[in-house]
Amino acid sequence: MVNREVTGAHYGLRDWLAQRLTAVVMLVYTLLAIGLLIATPTLDYDAWRELFTPQWMKLATLLFLLSVFLHAWVGMRNIFMDYVGHGGLRLALYALVIAALIVYAAWSAQILWSI
Amino acid sequence: MKFSIYRYNPDVDAKPRMQDYDITLEPTDRMLLDALIRIKETDDTLALRRSCREGVCGSDAMNINGKNGLACISKLADLKEPVMIRPLPGLPVIRDLIVDMSQFFKQYHSIKPYLQNDTPAPEKERLQSPADRDELNGLYECILCACCSTACPSFWWNPDKFVGPAGLLQAYRFIADTRDQAINERLDNLEDPYRLFRCHSIMNCVDVCPKGLNPTRAIGKIKDLMVKRAV
Repeated sequence: MVNREVTGAHYGLRDWLAQRLTAVVMLVYTLLAIGLLIATPTLDYDAWRELFTPQWMKLATLLFLLSVFLHAWVGMRNIFMDYVGHGGLRLALYALVIAALIVYAAWSAQILWSI
Repeated sequence: MKFSIYRYNPDVDAKPRMQDYDITLEPTDRMLLDALIRIKETDDTLALRRSCREGVCGSDAMNINGKNGLACISKLADLKEPVMIRPLPGLPVIRDLIVDMSQFFKQYHSIKPYLQNDTPAPEKERLQSPADRDELNGLYECILCACCSTACPSFWWNPDKFVGPAGLLQAYRFIADTRDQAINERLDNLEDPYRLFRCHSIMNCVDVCPKGLNPTRAIGKIKDLMVKRAV
């Protein structure tokens, strides 16, 4: 039997680009976070709470976390593509990762706005 | 000079082995290929491919002291002894240093490595401006020796789905050609999570290319064009 390999899913650019853009967001936020930590002399609970109280900080942190999740999705998919040979299992793992990341995103928002 | 060469005949041997050779070189033996031919004089069971012996045909690509290269342009004086010679990694071994390149060429063919132009051919030839022609420098020189693709972990892992650096360099060679009209079809053909985007720019291909070409840059330019047409 001839095993014909099928490729040409016609996607890939969007994910690749998303990974680059989210990496930039993560870098900017990380530098910002390091800057804020250095600028905060005593790092106790009150200072920490103070840091995360402004709305812009909550939004920036949410943007950062969403970037992490989107970035992680592309990376996890790449790992599954390389190491999970069975198509059905791979699809199940994709679904599992997507579900987990959506839950994480909702959870992140809940944590941020409960401060 | 001491050599340790990979020997494997799948019809006879249960598994591959490294065979040691210690040979006396003649003053005219300058390149690794000269030494291998000298070894073949004493042991004619050693199998290897070679043809032009001057780095143009790409037949004698092999893994030399752990790095892919062409035996005919690898200076003996630069090699550490014992010189470890293995076949190109990642491809099925037919015998000794000869590998089955079918998968490599299948990927090369998949990018349609020929000019596609439906307009009536002019009387003499399709002309290019010198500036347009310059775009092909660093692309057309590829000799398809497979040093780059067989140094690429993405190609080792998905040789059936990832085009590989050699194929992608050639894909860009035709994408960059102003005489070609199939640029969109070519980009469509590569817009795939495996075919192009398995490249993670680790640049092993650039490190080993015996012609000094840069497949990573070509791959980056393909991605640039894809971004350009998408946004």
